[in-house]
Amino acid sequence: MPRPHRRRFLVTLAALGLLPRAGVRPAGAAENDLAPIIAKITSGKALQPGRVRIETPLLADNGHSVPVRLTVESPMSAADHVSTISLLSDRNPRPVIATYHLGPRAGRARIATRVRLNGTQRIWAIARMSDGSCWSGHADIVVTESACLDGS
Amino acid sequence: MVARVQVPGNAKRGEIIDIRIAIQHKMETGFRFDLFGKPIPKNVVNEVVCRYNGAEIFRAELGSGIAANPYMQFSTIAEASGEIVFDWVDDAGERGTERASITVSA
Repeated sequence: MPRPHRRRFLVTLAALGLLPRAGVRPAGAAENDLAPIIAKITSGKALQPGRVRIETPLLADNGHSVPVRLTVESPMSAADHVSTISLLSDRNPRPVIATYHLGPRAGRARIATRVRLNGTQRIWAIARMSDGSCWSGHADIVVTESACLDGS
Repeated sequence: MVARVQVPGNAKRGEIIDIRIAIQHKMETGFRFDLFGKPIPKNVVNEVVCRYNGAEIFRAELGSGIAANPYMQFSTIAEASGEIVFDWVDDAGERGTERASITVSA
């Protein structure tokens, strides 16, 4: 038997924003304050969005090993290349996942690795160019089993 | 420490080649406990350096956010025949090295 009251109640809850949201959590739910870390990487310079792409699965069954590929648009010449790429996490207990140092001999700025993720979150890649400018990209990943659930 | 590296044996000069390395390592986060409830100390491979005929072409600083048996793929331009050497070190100070040779044709 239908229960219109319950339905109306749920609609009201949704309108008030009180229902738990499925899927990707709102960006404001980050646990790590990345601002000081980013400021250190950019040495205070403005961080511009773009040029950095993170390729990951949208959904990772297991946070223990999530494939990640970082690509930065850059000619990778002696005069204009990527010098570092930092990979940061919104929710891992240690926010800096890795820092990669590249040079013009890389030919192209593309790195693939596998990371651990403590739950559904947004990861950031910050690329620092040889001219000192810094660019960022991000990706949202839904992680069904956190890497930090080891109960032993 | 054991690692597996993948470097193409032959390449043309100027070609961009892919290099892969997977190091056998637990990448202990420091957040786990042993059977007696004692915390297991953090021990991760914290640095991997790749040199091509002695010149550094790639360096990675890793943390506990990298999955066990750290794997990474990067690229370099084939410039000359010679040796590509990987060196890494973990928090316990244990070092590892692995090498691969490449023949570059004009």
